[in-house]
Formats: sequence, C-alpha cells, structure tokens
Amino acid sequence: MAATKTTVDITAAMVTEAVPLADWLLVAPVLLTMAGGAISIIFRKKSATQPWIAITTIALVILSNIGLLNHVLTNGVVTMVMGSWLPPFGIAFTADPLGALLALTASVATMCVAVFAMNSIAENERRYGFYPFLLMLLCGVTGSFLTGDIFNLYVWFEVLLISSFGMQILGNEKVQIDGAVKYAVLNLIATTLFLAATGLLYGLVGTLNMADIAGKLKAFDNSGPMLGLATLYFLAFAMKAAAFPVNFWLPASYHTPRLVVAAIFAGLLTKVGVYALLRVMLLLMPEGRDWLASLIGIVAIATMLTGSLGALAQTDIRRLMAYLVIAGIGAMMAGIAVGNEVAVSGAIFYSMHSVLIMTALYLLVAFMFQMSGTFSLREIGGLYIRTPLGAGIGLILLLAVAGLPPFSGFWAKLLLVAGALEAGRGWVAAGILVSGLFTTIAVGRLWIFAFWRGGNEHTVDGIQALPIARSSDAADISWSIWLPLIILTALIFVIGILPETMMSITENGAKTLIDPTAYIGSVFGGIR
Amino acid sequence: MNTLIFRTVAPYLSALMMLFSVFVLLRGHNEPGGGFIGGLIAVSAFAIYGIACGVSAVRRAMKFHPMSIAASGLLLAVVSVLPSLFFSQPAMTSQWLALPFLGTVIDLSTPLFFDIGVYLVVVGAISSIALSLEERAD
Repeated sequence: MAATKTTVDITAAMVTEAVPLADWLLVAPVLLTMAGGAISIIFRKKSATQPWIAITTIALVILSNIGLLNHVLTNGVVTMVMGSWLPPFGIAFTADPLGALLALTASVATMCVAVFAMNSIAENERRYGFYPFLLMLLCGVTGSFLTGDIFNLYVWFEVLLISSFGMQILGNEKVQIDGAVKYAVLNLIATTLFLAATGLLYGLVGTLNMADIAGKLKAFDNSGPMLGLATLYFLAFAMKAAAFPVNFWLPASYHTPRLVVAAIFAGLLTKVGVYALLRVMLLLMPEGRDWLASLIGIVAIATMLTGSLGALAQTDIRRLMAYLVIAGIGAMMAGIAVGNEVAVSGAIFYSMHSVLIMTALYLLVAFMFQMSGTFSLREIGGLYIRTPLGAGIGLILLLAVAGLPPFSGFWAKLLLVAGALEAGRGWVAAGILVSGLFTTIAVGRLWIFAFWRGGNEHTVDGIQALPIARSSDAADISWSIWLPLIILTALIFVIGILPETMMSITENGAKTLIDPTAYIGSVFGGIR
Repeated sequence: MNTLIFRTVAPYLSALMMLFSVFVLLRGHNEPGGGFIGGLIAVSAFAIYGIACGVSAVRRAMKFHPMSIAASGLLLAVVSVLPSLFFSQPAMTSQWLALPFLGTVIDLSTPLFFDIGVYLVVVGAISSIALSLEERAD
C-alpha cells in the first residue's frame, strides 16, 4: 500500500495527454442522473420537492446532451476511456451521431413525462419512488446509448430494467403484478441470451470493446461462429425491441402500469433494443447482418403487419397504442434489413421520431382518460366539443404515428422506402406502405370515435350525448398536462416541416455505422 | 431463534462483524476484499442482530433509513468520479493523496471513496430488503 514512487513507464498502458473538458459531456448525463436519483431517494418523503429535483436534473441532462450532440457533429465521434486506461482494456464511452441523437431525444421525452407526472402520479405513489426510478431509467437508457463497450451495454440494460420493474408495479394492483411478471420474465430471458452471446463473443475475439470487436471480426476468417453469434444477438435484441414473434409480452404488459409509466416505456425501452440491434448488426457484425438480411426483413414485415392489424382490432385505447409501438419497431427493423445508408438513416430517424411520438401518444391517452373517464373505444366520444385544442393535438399525433406528411414520421418512412427501393428490396417497401395504410385506418378510427362523434357508441349522428361520468372540463386540466403534450406535438411538427437538419444528423449517423473507420479511429486514437 | 444464548451473543457478534466489514472494505484496494464484500458482511451483521433482537432494534441501531444509506453511497460514488475533471484526465482516473498521520503515511484515494460508496449502497439496499422480509415474517 505504501506510496513508493514507481519507475514503471505508464504511457504504454494509460492515457497521458490532457482530455478536453468537452469530452466530459460523454459521462455527464450518466453522472447527473445517478446523482439526481440518489438525491431524490434521500428526499423521498418530501413528495412536493420530488418533481423539482427530477426536472432540474433532467434539464441539466438535456443541456449536456445538446452540448454532446453539437460536439459530436463538429468533431466527429468522441471517446473517453474510464480511469485513463487505454482501450481495449479501459471501458470506453463512445458517442457517435446515432448515440448522441437518441440520448438527447430520450432526455427530452423523459422531461415531458416528469412534468406530466406532477399531476397524474398521486402524492403517496411518489413515495414509492416514481421520480428516483425515472431518473435511474434515464441513466440506464443514456448509458446504453453512449457506452462503447458491449459488456457495459449489458450493465446499462440491467440498470434500466430494474428501474422499469419498479415503475411498472407502481400502484400495487394485481393486474400490474401480472403484467410485470410477463414483462420481467421475457426481458430477463432476453438479457440472459444477450449475456451468453457476449460471453461467447469474448471467447471468440478476446475483447469487449465495440470498436475492437468491429476491427477484429472484420479480420476473422472463420465466419461460422460469428454468424451464430449474430443470430443470438438478433434474437436477444429482437425480444427487447418487441419484434414478431417474440413481442407478445408488450401488449400483455403495457396497459397495466400508470399511463405516464407506459409513456416512458413505450418511448424509450423498445428503442434501446432497436439501438442495440443497429449497433451490433451494423457496426460490429455487418457480415452477420448481410447473412440474416432476409430473415430480418421477414421479421420486420411480420412485426409491422401484426402491429398495425393488432391496432385495428383493439377497442381498448391503451392496447391499441401498444400495437402501434410494435408497428413502429417493424419499420425500424426494416431499415436494418435493408442496410444501405439511406435506409439506416431512415431507421435512425424513425427511432428518434418513435421516442417522441410514442411518449406523446401515451400522454394523449392519459389526457383522454382524464377528459372522458374511459379507455374503451365504445364508451368514449365527444371530446372535440370539450377540447378543440386537445382534438387538434390528437389529430397531429395520430397522423404523425401513421407516417403522414407533414409530420416527422413521414420523412422517416420516406427514407426507409427510398432505401428499400434503392437496394432492390421492393417487398420491404411494400410492407412499410401497407402497414402504414392499416395504421392510418386504425388511428383514423380512434380519432373519429374519440373526438369527432358526439358521444359514445349509441349516439345518433349530429347529437351530443350527455357528459360521461368522471369527465372534467378542459379548463380543469392543469398546465403540467398541456405543456408536455404541446411541446412534443410542436417538436414533431417542426421536425416534419424542417427535416433537413435532422436528416443530415441521421445520415451522418448511418455513415458512421456502416463505415466503422471513424468509430474505431476515435477509440484507438489517430483519427479525430 | 429466541434462545437466551443467541440473544446474548448476537450484539457482540454483530459488533465484531461490523468491525471486520470495515477492515475488509479498507484492505480491498490491493488485497482481496472491497466495498461489495465488506457491505455484505455488514448486512449479515445487521441480519443477525435483527433475528435476535427484532427489526425495530436494527432500525434504531442504523439511525438512518436503509434507502437513505444506499442513496448517500451512490452519491459518494458519483462524487468520487469527479476529481479527475480538475486535472483534465478521463473520468474515474484515480487521484492519490499521501497524508502523514502519527508518524505513518495514510494513502487516501478516489477509488477508496468509490469503494466506500459501493459499501454503503450494498449495506443500504440489501439490509432494506432483508429488514422488510423479516418484518413480513413477524
């Protein structure tokens, strides 16, 4: 233990040059959310200050993520290795445009949920830790997006999973426990597969650093084990992302938690699975992706179709939304199946769009429930009369999720279809368009039933039914419900009107994924 | 487990185990041990005390709520990552401070504080689970 001066030359093993302050933006989101989570656990009894701790923390995270995205776009891929150890031994945090963009989007969605929850999570439920769990969930999600080490990715998965278990049973109802068990078991199986695949990968290439893996697998002669690993990773992450046929856990569990919780789940969790697929399939194992491309394409189309048809069949609005999440996952996987630059750019665009839109839609469901007191499409109705603004927001959000112009979903689907046609995979493009049509019908039906018609199922056209029990007036809706809805809708609208900036970011992200030179160069020095 | 012998011995036993857990925590940097295993030993001390004297006695002995202990440990671990920020080094780079104390030199370092953070997280989280399980059994 004695501090004898060592004469060993450490330059061979450690980072010795000074690290610019801006590189700390890589770890700032994780550190901030962890500290914020810890502080909000210490003050868990003070339920009035809880939201403000969370909102302050998330605001700082958003600022730091904006800085990080800017840093990545101006200076290329950024890497910081923990503890000054040189990669591949030190654990690397590496941000490329994909990770930085998704981290920023996730923090914005979390902020909206944190504000929305001020009103909709009861005071006594805050004591069970809604806000600490929310912060730790964001910690796990941003950690997943920014880490450059595949085992570390597993660790962040665990962080976000454990927080999500806690959030899911908030309320302690029997049906929630039932949903949580399905969710937990399936996700734990997926995580175990992920861990097993990572162990095998380590046995194969002897490294866990993603850049190192990408480089070593490229030089690998025997492709058999690598293809097996790619399949294993594909199954594990497809389960997380809720792709057909391993998606049954999602509709079985997403309608049970509190709606704000479902909003953040639908916004973030499945997208982490998609992100992991993008990262592993495109950056680490492009050969494996080429080999699996047709399978991924079939899975993508089946996911899109089951999602949109499922949405058509539902009468419970919450379940309908769960199927819309699945339909979106299919579209993102279509981008991975096609795998050229345009389609991958579309998949990244869609992930970003999906984080915002799914969060917004679940918040819309919570808002609709507050206005009408029901989740059933048969019972609901007449919301247009009561809240024209709410109906407008609803229309924009529902058209956006169906991918109609001029909203953000349109550009994502445009890129996906263009990419699929360019690669000669017309059937993937057809799948995207057909599923888009079904989704349009499903959401159109939802909007007409909930907002347009005068009352519930039995209302005669042109007549407004008596107010439904438990309904409240638009004037009673607090700002903490309007604000997140309006901000998310505005973002979706603005991205839809001015997609160029976003497209250049996603294109940049796709380039970095498909050609890993910049990524590897950033981790191992040289190209910066 | 309500025997006289156990109830008499338990407080001394848990006191010894607490001491041992701190010893294991502090030797952890260069030798087997560390925050995680030290924390587990401390939790077993609390558990033994709880089985002998009841959960409320343990809660009194802990002074703070286990969740607060875990949270402050997490906070300490986060703070211990920060010092390298001021030396323009990557996060978690260890900083050492040799402190002369009563004729000997004590090496203080950021990994030590990180380890203490881990110790507190383990103590808080596991004892929180153990105590609520034991409360259920009562």
